[in-house]
Amino acid sequence: MTSDTINDTVLQRHGVTREEYDRIVSMLGREPNLTELGIFSVMWSEHCSYKSSRVHLKTLPTTGRRVLQGPGENAGAVDIGDGLAAVFKIESHNHPSFIEPYQGAATGVGGIIRDIFTMGARPIALLNSLRFGSLEDPLVRRTMSGVVSGIGGYGNSIGIPTVGGEIGFDKSYAGNPLVNVFCLGIAKADEIIKGTASGVGNAVYYVGAKTGRDGIHGATMASAEFDDTLNEKRPAVQVGDPFMEKLLLEACLEVMKTDALIGIQDMGAAGLTCSTSEMGSRGGAGVEIDVALVPQRETGMTPYEIMLSESQERMLLVVKKGREAEVERIFDKWDLHAVHIGEVTSDGRLRVKNHGHVVAEIPNHALTDEAPMYRRPMTTPAYLEKAQQLDLDALGAPPAPREVFRRLLASPGIASKRWVYRQYDHMVRTNTLLLPGMGAAVVRVKETPRALAMSVDCNGRFAYLDPFVGAQLAVAEASRNVACAGGLPIGATNCLNFGNPEKPEIMWQFGRAVEGMGAACRALGIPITGGNVSLYNETDGSGVLPTPVIGVVGLIEDATRVVGRAFRSEGDVVVMVGETRYEMGGSEFLHVVHDQIRGVPPQLDLAREAALQQVLVEGAASGAIRSAHDCVEGGVAITLAECCFDTPLGVEADLAGVSGAPAVYRETAALFSESASRVVVSVAPAQLAALLALASAKGLPAKQIGRVGGSRIQLSVDGKQVVNELVSEAERIWATAIESWFERRLAIA
Amino acid sequence: MKIAVVVFPGSNCDHDTYYVAKDVLGQDAELIWHKDTSLRRADAVILPGGFAHGDYLRTGAIARFSPIMPEVAKFAAAGGPVLGICNGFQVLLEAGLLPGAMLRNRRLQFRCEFLHVRVEQTATPFTLACRSGQSIKVPIAHGEGNYYAEPDVVQRLEQNRQVVFRYVSSSGEMTEDSNPNGSVNNIAGICNEARNVVGLMPHPERACELAIGSDDGLVVFQSLLKWSRESLLEGNLATTTSEHQTVVNR
Repeated sequence: MTSDTINDTVLQRHGVTREEYDRIVSMLGREPNLTELGIFSVMWSEHCSYKSSRVHLKTLPTTGRRVLQGPGENAGAVDIGDGLAAVFKIESHNHPSFIEPYQGAATGVGGIIRDIFTMGARPIALLNSLRFGSLEDPLVRRTMSGVVSGIGGYGNSIGIPTVGGEIGFDKSYAGNPLVNVFCLGIAKADEIIKGTASGVGNAVYYVGAKTGRDGIHGATMASAEFDDTLNEKRPAVQVGDPFMEKLLLEACLEVMKTDALIGIQDMGAAGLTCSTSEMGSRGGAGVEIDVALVPQRETGMTPYEIMLSESQERMLLVVKKGREAEVERIFDKWDLHAVHIGEVTSDGRLRVKNHGHVVAEIPNHALTDEAPMYRRPMTTPAYLEKAQQLDLDALGAPPAPREVFRRLLASPGIASKRWVYRQYDHMVRTNTLLLPGMGAAVVRVKETPRALAMSVDCNGRFAYLDPFVGAQLAVAEASRNVACAGGLPIGATNCLNFGNPEKPEIMWQFGRAVEGMGAACRALGIPITGGNVSLYNETDGSGVLPTPVIGVVGLIEDATRVVGRAFRSEGDVVVMVGETRYEMGGSEFLHVVHDQIRGVPPQLDLAREAALQQVLVEGAASGAIRSAHDCVEGGVAITLAECCFDTPLGVEADLAGVSGAPAVYRETAALFSESASRVVVSVAPAQLAALLALASAKGLPAKQIGRVGGSRIQLSVDGKQVVNELVSEAERIWATAIESWFERRLAIA
Repeated sequence: MKIAVVVFPGSNCDHDTYYVAKDVLGQDAELIWHKDTSLRRADAVILPGGFAHGDYLRTGAIARFSPIMPEVAKFAAAGGPVLGICNGFQVLLEAGLLPGAMLRNRRLQFRCEFLHVRVEQTATPFTLACRSGQSIKVPIAHGEGNYYAEPDVVQRLEQNRQVVFRYVSSSGEMTEDSNPNGSVNNIAGICNEARNVVGLMPHPERACELAIGSDDGLVVFQSLLKWSRESLLEGNLATTTSEHQTVVNR
């Protein structure tokens, strides 16, 4: 082992602190060589080791009656009956997507799909949660355009439908967009495959794309802030090949049907290094490979480069000794070359050879379980006290309700995302029961009577104003969306997007958000089976809004009883379950009208939220509820409008004035307040009494507020009409707002 | 009847098509790997949607060289019904079984949505059960569906009544707005001169159950069943099938 001199500059380039280096030396009992330092640096990076977040993540609820696989594997899994499991996870690809939007987003999709099929599951649905800066900024439009086509380019080609998601806009994401991708697959519950290496002498196989120099130190990059050296980081973004992944997906699922496989893991972040050491560590075994045998795309690659490359679409398999030919035949059928690069050993070490000479040797545990774990200091942020103060009177009288209504409909956060989702194939596999934009994403599980509802959500403004409550509201919103469709929430996965954890104020946001998320999941009975943390989401020292995204999966027992957001029939009764309070803090109203993020987020009573979700699930199952749509950004006024869109129907509703609001804000608050735990449902008149009784039995306020019909949206407050708009006109504003930003650009070009 | 669905390595609507043939229509169906050299006595062949070989070059440009394609060509030459859906249509164009080519969509974006197409011709095995001028609600999902052919070719297609489907508005009008990709003359699907080979960009297999938004696409498959029954009566099917077998067994 020849060793280059390792000095402070080399350590800094690897993102390894002097203390961490000393620890490496004591673990090895010697100085590492450069290859070993590289291996440690990626495995101990924030991205792979969760060193800042682990102490907090441990507090999340991860167990439950249906949980088949919690955190620690490639993805989590929950029991959905009939011997089947839903395997799902969400992951971020924020940093690469800013540097190279198309490839960054595309490879994010590729990565999460591999996590799902390595578990032995057939992926059937993709969702995504995206954040961008203001659309007025041409660079933001370019980023968003690239991200959207990258997501489509990958998912469409591989044939997994992108069935839903959410998009938010705020200036803080301009230099650091968020691209969180969720994937769900179906596996036989007793055939879930693990990422483990065991059985001395079993063969270690490499299959998929060749290894190139792309993505070296991708994991380290994702663990550092952006600054003006950004352009130099371009080579650290990988390039995706969805066709190769399609071959891998089909071939791996075919190999898994044999029992020749011990374990499998994809080479995502930290590539060959991560897959070998994690598989060895999980199986309590050692792994020995020779990098000279690894198929290479470029000449003259060093062991260091081969071990750290993040070239996409590569898998590592451990195959039973003696069954190699069988596995090779399957890969041959798919024109893939499976290469035998090493063996499982008994010594618990990762041993890397190059043409037979050892170039690195590290105990697997040192790279995984024994990676550093920090309890980083936390401080309440200085901005908080001022930001939480909101004096609406000081902002002057609000614009007329009709004007606010129209401006909110055109706000990108509320407006239709059709321009985006029509670039995604959302129907392939013919399971999509609710089209994008029509409520939670719902796919049926063929060969069973069931369906799965999914929703990814987070309001970063709420999390900024109070990370604890904000994270709780995210859990409540995602599970409420799933419940609106008729799904009983049975599991969740989280993607925690925050700034630099070395700043105590950011770490405080993170810690409080995890606490809030855990409390909400416990109260609602939703275990978190895995997820991802993305830190250092900062550009030039300025962080994004704290964005703890949660993806919730719900089980619908009867796939013929799926409920969407849209009204169904003229004459149906419109009921509000829940109540509106004077809660304008962090609202879309403040954002759009006053360009401010202020106040405190709406309060959340978790017991009431749980009761509300029970009403929704029971009401859907009995067939009483014909449509259900929750009240979030833009309040009940926007909810009622959205219930009319994509239908030929209008609505007439009378809302109660909100107590506590300043006199001039009485109507504004009734229409646009964002109080939690509220849902607008429609029922046939004959079902009204049953619905009200169901709500009352659960201790929930519920009351008829109007009726479906006509061609206008007519809203009154305490009997005084304040909004009267043709549905077609409101829908035009809502449907074209985002599109017009991009078509306008096209017209100039 | 027995329906063969060809599986290229990047096909991704193969199972959806198979599902409709087998589970929705209750027919005999078989997935045929693109490296196979026999269509296994199928009565009809469907090339499904997807990205046959990733389509980084030109959609379907590599698929036409797959070992199964000469068999598909022989089957078509013998009068057997062949349907190409989306990528399958693109493969048929590249293989020369249908005239013309595909350009990228006018807006250079992939587009997936329900829309309406009008059945222009009922004298094909895949539209036999339609009413002439019937408008059906089916989805599209493609990035390269902008059908193009030289003006004289288009003229010949129109004269020979080979334009089978056209994009129309929900009220059945052929308008600029209802054309999702810029296809010449709003062409969504065509047939060959012998009328037994049909290609279309929309996905009828995704519109065979109301639960997923529409069952208007069923009529395409029901047409095939009707054609099969009528051919049996006339003895046509037996002829094509036996001719085909001779070819395969040779």
